Amino acid sequence: MSLQTPLGRVRGLGSAGNGVHHWWVQRLTSLALVPLAVWLLVSLLSLPALDFVTLVSWMAGTWTASLLTLFVLIACWHSSLGIQVILEDYVHEAGLKTLSLVLSGFIHAVLAAVGVFAVLRIAFGSPL
Amino acid sequence: MRARPLSPHWTIYRMSRYSMASSLANRLTGAALSAGLLLFIYWLTALARGARAYARAQELLGSGLAKFIYLAVIAAFCYHLIAGIRHLIWDTGHGLEKAQSQRSAWLVIGAALVLTVLCALWAFRAREGL
Repeated sequence: MSLQTPLGRVRGLGSAGNGVHHWWVQRLTSLALVPLAVWLLVSLLSLPALDFVTLVSWMAGTWTASLLTLFVLIACWHSSLGIQVILEDYVHEAGLKTLSLVLSGFIHAVLAAVGVFAVLRIAFGSPL
Repeated sequence: MRARPLSPHWTIYRMSRYSMASSLANRLTGAALSAGLLLFIYWLTALARGARAYARAQELLGSGLAKFIYLAVIAAFCYHLIAGIRHLIWDTGHGLEKAQSQRSAWLVIGAALVLTVLCALWAFRAREGL
């Protein structure tokens, strides 16, 4: 038997039972995306040309491939969390809400897998 | 029974107020960037499938409409980046006073505009392949 008061037990858990986890991960991913997204934008903008060979040789670099993998994963994660909140707020019909949340989650997972695979395929040099 | 109002009650606020509008814009640009992420991953897969597949994708990715979309994504990114940093600062408990948040709302809009123009000028300079 626990001697905790009912208030002590529920404090910090929130209505869904997992407290601030969603909020916290959304902040962490946004913090990580600040340098990652700025790096990606600046890199793409400063490339001398945007033809196939320039792009692929840029992406084949160890740092570029690693940071791109990180960017794809974290951007998909952050996007998934953000779209989830929008759907929760604006889709009011219960069945449609569940369906759209599940679909959004699946689509983001597929996007992350496809994106990471594409980066690795370029980095390991199978195209050209 | 009449449908009861559900949170968020965004229709009951005055949208002319800086705080509401700048926060909603952060959501809208975030959703736009999700669409941009979809386009980015399509671009990555086109590259990963080799030179010929990329050349085929270029017909779509190099079109005038696509360039307009890149501009929109850049603008959405600039706003979302700066407004997001404002939200992170708020999360530390700073800048929440009414006067401060009013000032930072204008600062976000101004900085996002300047950053968008700079990035657009940089992106659409004469370059091969775009």
